[in-house]
Amino acid sequence: MNTSINAVLAQDEKEAEAIYIFREIAAQFENPVLLFSGGKDSITLVRLAQKAFFPAAIPFPLLHIDTGHNFTETLVYRDELVEELGLNLIVRKVQDAIDSGKISEESGRYASRNALQTPVLLDAIEEFQFNVCIGGARRDEEKARAKERVFSIRDDFSQWDEKNQRPEFFRMLNGLIPKGYNVRAFPISNWTEMDVWEYIRSEKLTLPSLYFAHKRKVFQRDGMLWPDNQFVNKSSDEASEERIVRFRTVGDMTCTAAVESSASALDDVIEEIRLAELSERGARIDDRRSEAAMEERKRVGYF
Amino acid sequence: MNKRNKLIRIATAGSVDNGKSTLIGRLLYDTKSLASDKIEAIRKQSAARGYDYLDFSLATDGLVAEREQGITIDVAHIYFATPQSRYIIADTPGHEEYTRNMVTGASTSDVALILVDARKGITEQTIRHFYISHLLRMQKILIVVNKMDLVDYSQDVFDTICYDFKSLLAKTDYDPFRVEYLPISALYGENVISSSLAMPWYEGSTMLSWLDNLQLEKDYYRSARFQVQYVLRPKTHQFHDFRGLTGMLTGSNLRKGDKVTVLPGGKQTVISSIHFHDQEYLEAEAGSSITLVLEDDLDVSRGDMIVKSGQLPQEDNSLKATLCQVNKSSLKVGDRYILQAGVKRLLAKVEQVTGIHGMDFTMNNDKSDVGLNEIADVVLRLNKPVQYDPYEINAAHGSFILIDESNKNTVSVGFIR
Repeated sequence: MNTSINAVLAQDEKEAEAIYIFREIAAQFENPVLLFSGGKDSITLVRLAQKAFFPAAIPFPLLHIDTGHNFTETLVYRDELVEELGLNLIVRKVQDAIDSGKISEESGRYASRNALQTPVLLDAIEEFQFNVCIGGARRDEEKARAKERVFSIRDDFSQWDEKNQRPEFFRMLNGLIPKGYNVRAFPISNWTEMDVWEYIRSEKLTLPSLYFAHKRKVFQRDGMLWPDNQFVNKSSDEASEERIVRFRTVGDMTCTAAVESSASALDDVIEEIRLAELSERGARIDDRRSEAAMEERKRVGYF
Repeated sequence: MNKRNKLIRIATAGSVDNGKSTLIGRLLYDTKSLASDKIEAIRKQSAARGYDYLDFSLATDGLVAEREQGITIDVAHIYFATPQSRYIIADTPGHEEYTRNMVTGASTSDVALILVDARKGITEQTIRHFYISHLLRMQKILIVVNKMDLVDYSQDVFDTICYDFKSLLAKTDYDPFRVEYLPISALYGENVISSSLAMPWYEGSTMLSWLDNLQLEKDYYRSARFQVQYVLRPKTHQFHDFRGLTGMLTGSNLRKGDKVTVLPGGKQTVISSIHFHDQEYLEAEAGSSITLVLEDDLDVSRGDMIVKSGQLPQEDNSLKATLCQVNKSSLKVGDRYILQAGVKRLLAKVEQVTGIHGMDFTMNNDKSDVGLNEIADVVLRLNKPVQYDPYEINAAHGSFILIDESNKNTVSVGFIR
């Protein structure tokens, strides 16, 4: 710890709340895990967890469900972060579940492995007996998420029943659950996209290079720029070309659209987002499939 | 992270047809908080339903079930910001069976917006919404008289509604200076963010300027309360003897060197250091999540409370409280529950149900079981003493939840008297 003593601590309300939630998770559950995707929200979670428990180590592991369709940049970043902070990382692969015949690949133009993450996640929960999964979901992201609780209870089939959610009063969190149930916990529920970006700036966090402007082969589909790569099913009339782009959100190579941008530093990115009109999940192809897409995925156990 | 604009938490209440979703959609639209793809989706769906206007309620009605029925069925959180303030709206449904949701939304809010339909005036539902705002001691209440366009923007209609509400208010102990009245048309945006030309007789502020200029007392209570959440013992070489008590400080600041009392037990000690992450501080502001190190190595565990010596809370193993039943199972004399006060858990037994509150500020003293969405005065006996302040002066440590021992559901929320 620093030897010089600061004057007065005036903490931001959102940070104070997120840290309070992390400490509740550690105190109320024997076996938590932090779901890590390499995206900016889960990177923010790791930072908050570090601050919540310092000088002790983060008292739970990270779990990455590797779809096999991750951007290389995300995996490089993940491994560097784990190394630098001395984190305990568990990786479970969608490819392994496909190889063993447990699940099968989607086909067609919009094929993605996004939905295939769910059974792999549920298997990992079983395998390690995790009773709480910590996620970076925010209520401002999407309409179904606006109704999510901080502690969201899933039954023994890991299902979310939106009509039967536990009410949460004041700051009190009830993490008691019947045997076999588990909980999804969301420490940054009340943050907005801009809050996350500003936190990344004030904490001087590094991000995967995908978030900054770079040259990439992309093609036009449904009014969005899709990254061209070996996993996306492209028809012959979808010609790709090199453009300067960046990603606002980082998912799989098959379900994350890019935006044209020259923002190569964090300040530029933040300024661009401030002015941007397209909402964040609008660039996630998996949510565009149908209006109720997110709600449906949550019901069957998605993050 | 530095403090930015002030944060204001708003609970909105109003029945399905009072135009609440439209008002929120309008606030989001007018403060440019709706992204273009969301506006496009609203435009498409409005057209598909054959409307010749933008149906802003589509911006907030979240779940498929309720979009189909056209009603809001749970608490939704909505975010927007102006150059002055950041806002979180807890949007709760207005119909009777969802009192629970309204209490949920109000419990994390500073301000209540109560919507009244100008054509209908003060209804049973308005009274119920006010009742809950009163029960939870909301700092401010804004009576929003909506649909003024449907009553020809009549000042008489507005004045009558204000008069009726003030008569109701006079029968309660709620401070009338904490209530404001505002005539609007959410559909046409009159008095939402811009002053209405259609209502020149109204000289007050618009909804948004009222919100932006709100002065909130974040904490009525002025005694520091620190409930221990989690004990940090790193046991690493560098921090071998470090024993940090983590928690959220409320009520007032704490300083290094302050004389404190640890409860239960009442042992006295001194704050040896205050930490957040890798920094040490001389003083921490109320509202911060911090780590305290005490001078003496006392036995302190989760749920214990550290307070400034001389500013002790109350302590008792019997509680008089008002509670709201939020679960289908009813609460009866003799029932046993887990009681959670802040982060501390104890066992509680219902000793008496002294009366059920009527939402019209009357009491029914004949009923002895409390059903879903009912509010009752009760006496609870605890297996151990709990430290608390009355709810009226300290919401954080004057409230509790009851948890069903078998299925672990939260069944009631209580306010200690």
